Amino acid sequence: MSKTTDLGDAIGAAARDASDARASELAAEVARRAEADGLADVAYTTADSPFGTLTLAATDEGIVTLGLPNLPTDEILEDLAKRVSPRILEAPGRLDEARRELDLYFEGQLKDFDVPLDWRLSTGFRQRVLREIDRIPFGETRSYMEMAAGAGNPRAVRAAGSACGSNPIPIIVACHRVLRTGGGLGGYGGGLELKEELLRLEGVL
Amino acid sequence: MNGLPPFQRLLDEHSGDVLAYLVATVGPQEADDCFQETFIAALRAYPSLTDGSYLRSWLLTIAHSKAMDHHRARARQPLPVAETPERAAHSPAGHPGSDPVWGSVAGLPPKQRAAVALRFACDLPHREIGAALGCSEAAARRNVHEGIKRLREEMA
Repeated sequence: MSKTTDLGDAIGAAARDASDARASELAAEVARRAEADGLADVAYTTADSPFGTLTLAATDEGIVTLGLPNLPTDEILEDLAKRVSPRILEAPGRLDEARRELDLYFEGQLKDFDVPLDWRLSTGFRQRVLREIDRIPFGETRSYMEMAAGAGNPRAVRAAGSACGSNPIPIIVACHRVLRTGGGLGGYGGGLELKEELLRLEGVL
Repeated sequence: MNGLPPFQRLLDEHSGDVLAYLVATVGPQEADDCFQETFIAALRAYPSLTDGSYLRSWLLTIAHSKAMDHHRARARQPLPVAETPERAAHSPAGHPGSDPVWGSVAGLPPKQRAAVALRFACDLPHREIGAALGCSEAAARRNVHEGIKRLREEMA
């Protein structure tokens, strides 16, 4: 009995010695190769920002999700696995341009994002609202009512608000620029404090 | 679209087991290539997988098949003069400084080699070994037992 265990331990230890350090290197290589072979339906990375860690994810069409610091990366990836594809890999290269633009934005040196976006996580009226939001210039604000009207239904103010709340690509699609009629802050998925910070960064507050 | 976790999680959680298994069956040098082939094949097949509950066994099944491909390919290759044909079909090329236990595990018959590797390099229970190798739990247990018995005889 003990002999079996000894021998087993020797095999286990020898295999682990040879593999533990190497496994993560090889795993990163798999992700690189998958990206090169077009097998990564979703590539993601995490990025530092002045407000905490952001999770960025892109399909081959463009940025599909930007997770604010209050959302755990795991939850975001679980959701993407269900709604886009489970072939999700940590392939930071695809997010390089988005990261660069975000860095510049946080430094106050970039006003308009040029990275391509993938809108597939929102449909119908919600997507129309978000595309409307995407046209609000840096440093300006609009009301939820204006967004509802722009999306084709001026009376759907509440639905416009919930479209903002469900925005999968905040900051880049700048839903922080949408306020209550009269100037009240309204809500923000990443927390009102972050909304204030972003508006301050743009010189609105 | 089913309840499959993001593929990156499979890489994060199981790459250690897959590599340990491959190192134990094909040797440290060939293990790198087999590892890449295993995960790329898994990634290709992943979206059509219907059951997300036994992902480690599923990955090890693929690793096992890549290891078998590797052994078959080696068996067909012309042999270096110093090696005997009997040995070359199984054994990883000589690794200076590598553990002598490799030579012995590599010399086991394929099923025993795979079962012993899964049991001791990956610490899998017999049920999962059976799942990975496509045999019953009892057969998995028997192969581990026979393999260990043989190793012990050889090393005595």
